[in-house]
Amino acid sequence: MEYFFQQLINGMTLGSIYGLIAIGYTMVFGIIGMVNFAHGDVFMVSAFIALIFFLFLTQVLGFGSLVLALLVVLLLGMALTSLWAWTIERLAYRPLSGSFRLAPLISAIGMSIFLMNLVQVAQGPRNKPVPPMLNDIIVLRDGANYAVTLSYKQILIIVTTTVLLIAFSFLVQRTALGRAQRACEQDRRMASLLGIDVDRTVSLTFVIGAALAAVAGLLYMVHYGVVNFADGFVPGVKAFTAAVLGGIGSLPGAVIGGLLIGLIETFWSAYFSIDYKDVATFCVLAITLIFLPSGLLGRPEVEKV
Amino acid sequence: MATQREREPLLEVEHLMMQFGGLVAINDLSFSARRGDITAIIGPNGAGKTTVFNCITGFYKPSSGRILLSSEGSATPSDIDVLTRSGRRSMAAAAGRIYLLERMPDFEIASQAKVARTFQNIRLFTGMTVLENLIVAQHNTLMRASGWTVLGMFGAGSYYRAEARAVDLARYWLDRIGLLDRADVAAGDLPYGDQRRLEIARAMCTEPVLLCLDEPAAGLNPRESATLNALLKSIQSEHKTSILLIEHDMSVVMEISDHVVVLEYGTKISDGPPSYVRNDPKVVAAYLGVEDDEVALAGVGIAP
Repeated sequence: MEYFFQQLINGMTLGSIYGLIAIGYTMVFGIIGMVNFAHGDVFMVSAFIALIFFLFLTQVLGFGSLVLALLVVLLLGMALTSLWAWTIERLAYRPLSGSFRLAPLISAIGMSIFLMNLVQVAQGPRNKPVPPMLNDIIVLRDGANYAVTLSYKQILIIVTTTVLLIAFSFLVQRTALGRAQRACEQDRRMASLLGIDVDRTVSLTFVIGAALAAVAGLLYMVHYGVVNFADGFVPGVKAFTAAVLGGIGSLPGAVIGGLLIGLIETFWSAYFSIDYKDVATFCVLAITLIFLPSGLLGRPEVEKV
Repeated sequence: MATQREREPLLEVEHLMMQFGGLVAINDLSFSARRGDITAIIGPNGAGKTTVFNCITGFYKPSSGRILLSSEGSATPSDIDVLTRSGRRSMAAAAGRIYLLERMPDFEIASQAKVARTFQNIRLFTGMTVLENLIVAQHNTLMRASGWTVLGMFGAGSYYRAEARAVDLARYWLDRIGLLDRADVAAGDLPYGDQRRLEIARAMCTEPVLLCLDEPAAGLNPRESATLNALLKSIQSEHKTSILLIEHDMSVVMEISDHVVVLEYGTKISDGPPSYVRNDPKVVAAYLGVEDDEVALAGVGIAP
């Protein structure tokens, strides 16, 4: 039983990171109907930005306070990653917005390969480590031969994700920008006839998605302690799976999907085979697409005739 | 009756031309809509009425021609000339800002020149509530008040006040169209006639100077049609909004419009008050057709 609870905590931690990335996929899909395959790599870039700033602050400038350092890294990372995403949208997607449906998708795949290789060349192909941090643990329950623990890292990840999701749902539900996003999702042309600048709204959607991915990037670095140029791909595709499982286009769906994927992966590794954990995850993608194509919370597309 | 000032032209369409490849949808069309008037554009199917709307609201870029909107007062010919030559989209003239709509993207036509429109087929945001539909229409005001979202996220008082004002305006229009008690219903769940009126209310929430309505009476029963007439008349008399209307329902057109423009095959065939247009032989011929022998006689230059 203790073992089960430990896996539950581990799964939720991993799922939080997937959920944060999945929001970026689902929001962009909702507003322009495109799967932004470069999103996973934007996440990887953000993890590198976090790594570089973290090392610079702690090793070069000698920041004493870890919390302060992480906070500064978080803000800088969100700002810079947003700038990356904004530039990518401007250069690689917007010029293709009037083109056929697959064009921006292919452009996104190209952007993904570009970012991966850019980081490989600029940062080298090896894992980049950070010194271990926040390793203290709280023992929740001390069983006969197994203790359930919660590390400070995991608390940081779960709390940060929860706070961000609350702020984010407030943004989407209650601010003018969120309403404009939802309006653009439903009918872009009508939205622009009501005076909404659709291009700007789309840009801001990319920026918000990237800012959340930047948080995920920092948390990923804290959690694993290493960053690699190829780290965008697998977490990216898993977050995409999470978005599909939750119902692509649905924001709560992305979070629920992220948590489920995190849990499936963790429990599979714990009870079956760690080598096959990715197989299990992607089987979920296939099964969802076959039996529940609109996902858990997605709206089925009804064509009016 | 309308005062002299209200009779100035608000919208002046000059030599408008719209071609799609080899097809000429609108051919050298000129007309004006005066401030405070309800101007109707009528014509048989395929005459190019909706294309005119699409040009005015920026969905199409006209092949050539000028679409001038003078937000207040009337622009002098020299002002118009200066603006046209300058290559700019708008400028402040002595009598208020003037806009060249053919140079502006659609969202600026809505947000700056203040032209709103509705469609033949209803385009509400069906997943949002009735009230939200009306608040989305006030996006730019709210965006400014929320400091482009930053202040709004941190709960600044000015944003809440702006939002309260937006809700007040929305409720005012809901009251006007009799849907106040259904404010929190999803817009897609409303009956057809209510959706039509909600679309007009949403357009009015952008506080337009010109409201373009594309067949607002389509699919309405006679009672709903009469309510619509009353609503449009009251918008005309109580708000500073002029109306441009495409309509097939002649009972609506003849009853409420001050001025009628008739199109056929992309060209204007008649232009004047309803009583004049109704009896114009060219209009009658366009709608009802003419007898074969009349055409034959006209063809050889002999009046029947």
